[in-house]
Amino acid sequence: MSSFKVFDIAGSGMSAQNLRMNLVASNLANVDAVSSSTDATYRSRQPVFQTVLDQHNPRGAANGVRMTGVVESPAPLTRDYAPHHPMADGEGYIYRPNVNPVEEMANMISASRSYQNNVEVINAARQMLVALINLGR
Amino acid sequence: MKIDEAFGIHEHALRLRAARSEVLAANLANADTPGFKARDVDFAAVLRQELPGPVRLAATQPGHIGSDSGPVAAGQLQYRNPTQPSVDGNTVDVVREQVAFSQNAMQYQASLRFLEGRLRSLLTAIKGD
Repeated sequence: MSSFKVFDIAGSGMSAQNLRMNLVASNLANVDAVSSSTDATYRSRQPVFQTVLDQHNPRGAANGVRMTGVVESPAPLTRDYAPHHPMADGEGYIYRPNVNPVEEMANMISASRSYQNNVEVINAARQMLVALINLGR
Repeated sequence: MKIDEAFGIHEHALRLRAARSEVLAANLANADTPGFKARDVDFAAVLRQELPGPVRLAATQPGHIGSDSGPVAAGQLQYRNPTQPSVDGNTVDVVREQVAFSQNAMQYQASLRFLEGRLRSLLTAIKGD
């Protein structure tokens, strides 16, 4: 038990879930950000998680998780006919982001639960370490 | 009684418990990673292998790899049989992993208690009172 990696592992999980929560916040904040062209419209952003493996021992226990990137959802944008909207294009259409608020709320709850799980792991590991430090006192 | 045998099985058990807590923590950290397969160790089997006194390669440089890296070698790690696999290939059942983790933490504390008892009896023998 040289380094007690549990803290690093659970910490990587917390950090990844935190970034995921940031993306959920960004998606929900931009849910009504209409625009006048498909290129300028906000698209739902989703995290990509990847397992971190031990460099010297890739078949051994994993070293945690990391977020390798953010992908924009390829789902089609909603096009609404609103000729009096200030953002309407030449033909009178506005484009709405492809953010699904219900999906994002579920995503938020999942991220928050996973974060809590990792916090619990750290708490338990801390108690184990404290008991070890007090051994023989 | 040799002094380095004073702690008996508990020293090995404690090391293995700490290693298992790392494996289970990695499972929980990867609860949302697509394709991740939950892993665990067969505690009894690994402990039985540990007992006769493991022979390890000396690791004298930071990049060296021992005869096995850490108390649990890669070959001793097994994959958990999923009860309800998800579409993205992830086999982490968060509830099961949580139960296993807290059980492991309890057993770690128990091993520590046993070690503590051994230490106390050694101290009593040394002081003689």
